[in-house]
Amino acid sequence: MDLRVPEQEKAFREEVRTFLEESLTPEIREAGKMVTSVFAPVKEAMAWQKILNQKGWAAPHWPKEYGGTGWSVTQRAIFAEELVRAETPPLVPMGLHMCGPCLIGCGTEEQQNEYLPKILNGEHFWCQGYSEPGSGSDLASLKTFAEKDGDDYIINGTKIWTTYAHYANKMFALVRTNKDGKPQQGITFLLLDMDLPGITIEPIVGLDEVTEQCQVFFDNVRVPQANRVGAENDGWTVAKYLLTFERGGQEYAPGLNVQLEKIRLMAEKQQTVQGPMSQDPLWQHKFASVSADVLALEFTEMRIKSALSAGKDPGALSSMTKILGTELLQKVTELRIDTLGAQAAIWQPQALVPGAEQPVIGPEYALTAMPHYLNSRACSIYGGSNEVQRGIIAKAVLGL
Amino acid sequence: MNFQLSEEQQMLADSAKRFVRDNHDVEKHRQNKKLMPLDEATWAQFAELGWLAVPFAEEHGGLGMGPLETMVLLQELGEGLIMAPYIATVVLGGGFLRHASEAQQAETIPSLLEGGLQLAFAAEEYERVFTLENTAMKGDVQGGDVVLNGTKACVLNGDHADQLIVLARTAGQPGDKDGLSLFLVDANAEGIERIPHRTVDGRQGAEIRFSNVTVAEAARIGELDQGYDIARAVLLEGLLALSAECAGSLAVLLRDTVEYSKTRKQFGLPIGKFQALQFRMADMFIAMEQTRSLLMAATMKLAEGHDDAAKAVHAMKAQLGRAGRKIGQEAIQIHGGMGMTDELNVGHFVKRLTAVDGLFGNADVHLMEMARSA
Repeated sequence: MDLRVPEQEKAFREEVRTFLEESLTPEIREAGKMVTSVFAPVKEAMAWQKILNQKGWAAPHWPKEYGGTGWSVTQRAIFAEELVRAETPPLVPMGLHMCGPCLIGCGTEEQQNEYLPKILNGEHFWCQGYSEPGSGSDLASLKTFAEKDGDDYIINGTKIWTTYAHYANKMFALVRTNKDGKPQQGITFLLLDMDLPGITIEPIVGLDEVTEQCQVFFDNVRVPQANRVGAENDGWTVAKYLLTFERGGQEYAPGLNVQLEKIRLMAEKQQTVQGPMSQDPLWQHKFASVSADVLALEFTEMRIKSALSAGKDPGALSSMTKILGTELLQKVTELRIDTLGAQAAIWQPQALVPGAEQPVIGPEYALTAMPHYLNSRACSIYGGSNEVQRGIIAKAVLGL
Repeated sequence: MNFQLSEEQQMLADSAKRFVRDNHDVEKHRQNKKLMPLDEATWAQFAELGWLAVPFAEEHGGLGMGPLETMVLLQELGEGLIMAPYIATVVLGGGFLRHASEAQQAETIPSLLEGGLQLAFAAEEYERVFTLENTAMKGDVQGGDVVLNGTKACVLNGDHADQLIVLARTAGQPGDKDGLSLFLVDANAEGIERIPHRTVDGRQGAEIRFSNVTVAEAARIGELDQGYDIARAVLLEGLLALSAECAGSLAVLLRDTVEYSKTRKQFGLPIGKFQALQFRMADMFIAMEQTRSLLMAATMKLAEGHDDAAKAVHAMKAQLGRAGRKIGQEAIQIHGGMGMTDELNVGHFVKRLTAVDGLFGNADVHLMEMARSA
């Protein structure tokens, strides 16, 4: 066991920092500061992806032969930390983190050649067609049906919580191809174009009055069978492979540390009758309590990375970090509105649009606090709700 | 001891219940929160129903009622997310008018009762944790006049108000209870700039900037430098009213969540059948009942003038913040994705509870106030 940082890692961190310093445009930086969700403003996030892709750094977690960087687990972690530290807008994950790795693992060579380069350069903007009304975390209960017809499937049904479907030109979807037998066994993984006849997209307005999610309707939508990934009725295997990528390899601690530092600075600005709030024992206790949890999570995440670089399967630990990471994020956004009091209640979503000329009412650092608090309530719901994750730990780790 | 509503109070509750049933749905709330001008028709209806007259003395044309009736009324209205500025104008504004001079009362109360006068209490300031004595905004005493300079933040109904009740420091330092003064100021007076904004729960507010606003002696409420006691008495009633309104919101969130858990199926069962969720809804129920108990305790203690009334009000506002957060967060989580949408009730009530926790001191602030109360 050793915590000290080797020299070559320090040099790598410097290299990343210099690159970020030189290549982040003011627009991208501004968008990064305005982020109130795990999903960044699309225009700036895509512009940033383009810059990273030119450098060959858009998908460090992919194998080198498919356009990845060939970095070690530690280098990837350093890179991710530096992105967060510089407050870059997070890249849209559906292509780079979900569909891409899944195609690398389960797609045909033809599919890989067709899609992977376009995911990297942003030409393909993917959305994830998994959940359905009434299915939620119980994915196996999905009902959208794909019926074989010649060389095609004809799809009927609906998908919901489809993040950014209104921006996407591609969807990877789970559809039911067999209604008999175990529910998991009749599901197929398909790739499709969003402009196909019969597809309707209905945006869903969220609590923060922004549209991130959509409902997508399929009315006799025709998709070639060649767009299937994996075998027919074997989509569950493909989806599970993808889910390990969606849940694992995610790091929450670096972002939480950035948020905590911001909150500490805010607390220095807030005056109580005894002096700044940052000197108030009650506030200090709350802040320290969350900080201790974040430090513990940081080392839990390091243990997982260490296991991964030793080639071990971290197993249900990814459920644990999903629970901890999302719930700590929620606590941090709570601490932030608690630090701001009534200032956080001022509602000005129009000022959050990057490039908006709208003057900010109240301290600028308070602007994103409430939208972020509200938006973060979703993270214990999506990606398999935290109830489902706790169920996985109970079953898989504790054997209950 | 008697926790039953009187016949009069029951009538008030019933009329508010009817109003909410006939006038409120989420669609209307969504439309209303986009309207910058006040919903005049609703306000006229409030006047007609006699609600604007509730806390005013009979000799002023009021109904001579008190905190108990305000609680009864607002608990019902809280179930409907009513956005009319009742608390700003009638509870806080009206509360201050009761301490105002006869001339000030004669000039304002009749118009307020008719629905023609809107008020707002300008107290919060940016980067200052809210307690009354933490007020920093300056009022410079120049002969009989006072010149106001500074900015008030997040003033509920500040954009619509015709008159503002301004809390300013005419002597001493932030932290001193002495040296605070209250003024009834024309909201359109020279030197006042208002920047309207919504609050997260869809209500209207404003940042209000004062630049060399001269107010005459006649505009002062109470004695110079001695405004603290009046402000505190009125604020306690305002906190009661906000909490009563939110107690209604807690009830809706619990009811909707329990209903939803009976119909929403996952893994082949209604989710309400899962023990893990049952226990959490049971805890939501407990948190709601505890809030109701503190609301009744604080209201009755204040109405009857008990020594420990202020402490009970602080306990109640703190409990409201904590229960609101717990119940709100659980309501969203148990509703899943649907709870995150603008379409369902849930999010709108959660936003109201979140906004109210932040106003006039959040749960942490009031726990500290409670600890300091004798």
